[in-house]
Amino acid sequence: MREFGYQRALDVSGALALLDADPEARFLGGGTNLVDLMKTGVERPARLVDIRELPLNRIEPAEDGGLRIGATVTNSDLAAHPEVRRRYPALAQAVLAGASGQLRNMATVGGNLLQRTRCGYFADVTSPCNKRTPGSGCPAVEGEHHNHAILGASGHCVATHPSDMGVALTAFDARVSYETADGPGEVPLADFYLPVGETPHLETALPPGALITGVTLPPVPAAAGSRYRKVRERASYAFAIGSVAAALDVQDGVVRDVRLAFGAVASRPWRARTAEDVLTGAPADAGTFAAAADAELAGARPLPHNGYKVTLMRNLAVAVLSELAEEAAR
Amino acid sequence: MPPSASSDLTLSVNGEKYTLTVDHRTTLLDALRERLDLTGTKKGCDQGQCGACTVLVDGRRSVSCLQLAVAAEGREITTIEGVAEGERLHPVQQAFLDLDGFQCGYCTPGQICSAIAVIEEHAAGWPSAATGDVRPEAGPPPLTPEEIRERMSGNLCRCGAYVSIVQAVARAAEQKGAAA
Repeated sequence: MREFGYQRALDVSGALALLDADPEARFLGGGTNLVDLMKTGVERPARLVDIRELPLNRIEPAEDGGLRIGATVTNSDLAAHPEVRRRYPALAQAVLAGASGQLRNMATVGGNLLQRTRCGYFADVTSPCNKRTPGSGCPAVEGEHHNHAILGASGHCVATHPSDMGVALTAFDARVSYETADGPGEVPLADFYLPVGETPHLETALPPGALITGVTLPPVPAAAGSRYRKVRERASYAFAIGSVAAALDVQDGVVRDVRLAFGAVASRPWRARTAEDVLTGAPADAGTFAAAADAELAGARPLPHNGYKVTLMRNLAVAVLSELAEEAAR
Repeated sequence: MPPSASSDLTLSVNGEKYTLTVDHRTTLLDALRERLDLTGTKKGCDQGQCGACTVLVDGRRSVSCLQLAVAAEGREITTIEGVAEGERLHPVQQAFLDLDGFQCGYCTPGQICSAIAVIEEHAAGWPSAATGDVRPEAGPPPLTPEEIRERMSGNLCRCGAYVSIVQAVARAAEQKGAAA
């Protein structure tokens, strides 16, 4: 591991100044991803600015009636929070489906959004990887890619974003707020991750040197009955091979409002807007759910070893939507 | 000028203060084992996947292999050496002994530290991925074997002593409930 300096920031402006002073500095949150990547040499910061003592660890009502979640709130505190569990249960379920109790106690909301892909070629510094070393190539396209992207990828990178939390946040139209030396900013999570294209090393819309300060959820009445379901290769403590976050408002048998997002299928949490368009105003039945899932997945471009994900995601979306519709009809 | 690559710091472990100079690259796990001679905490995978290095940081279970020692300054760290009260074992330790919650013992310190926190988290009403209804109105889930397995899934046991581990955690939790 490369030697590095370490400083603790006590306020946001101080954190920004410390980062600004060193182009090779990085913010340190829970460290569950960054420290791991530093051990393997994927990340080589010259300085760490520890932000865990910043006053960004609260969950509080937002002005629009939604919920504002500070960037240094831990995954554990997010999932245990009564308002999150009451108003956005799929978010609590998504967080609880990720990692282990130990890691959730350390990991932070801001860090979760900025975590890196778990693609094995990205993690192996002896391997080419366009995300880690632009222009070096992508061995996954013709190599090991059974858990890689089926949507929104390119020939330059087929890695997935591993977050569970982000899938639920995307379904509920979360906005990411940040601070820079030039002032604050905000970006919808749907626009936070950049298209892969020819530049997979450019991952987010955050300006250089920016610090994520929090995530804001708008009020989403349908989210009170929402659900997150994750499929993985063992029963617990594994990354998803496919996941769905869904909320459904059904009145008189017709879909009035729906939120649907997919995980582990793309370089970002995938908001299934095409499916939502098919669903909205349509009868809340299995035929509609299947048609909506098929419409969303019509754009899938599976590789030789991950075609199962198309079927998996279709069945997963239909199953979760059917359950929510059944519960709404009770 | 490059920033200093080391710091003088004070770590608070099991109620004792230790002053040392560490290279910033030192993890809390390596500081505990190599510098403070607290070798009860074990190194397994060293990448946050096995839970053998689990300690309590400000009362919360954490993997010490992904925590930098310098970032642990100012926090109260409890390792397996600090969970008993003098000669009296912690109820979780006693339950692991009584119910054979281990074979080789390598993962056991991490299992026990994790289980101590699991019982606290459950008592605080935290749901888990095994909880059917996470809404607060549903009330706290009973600590079933399924809940214990899910909550303990961050601690791997390559001997496969899981059946006894689940029983030991359940017994310790029952005793705590009975005492409360």
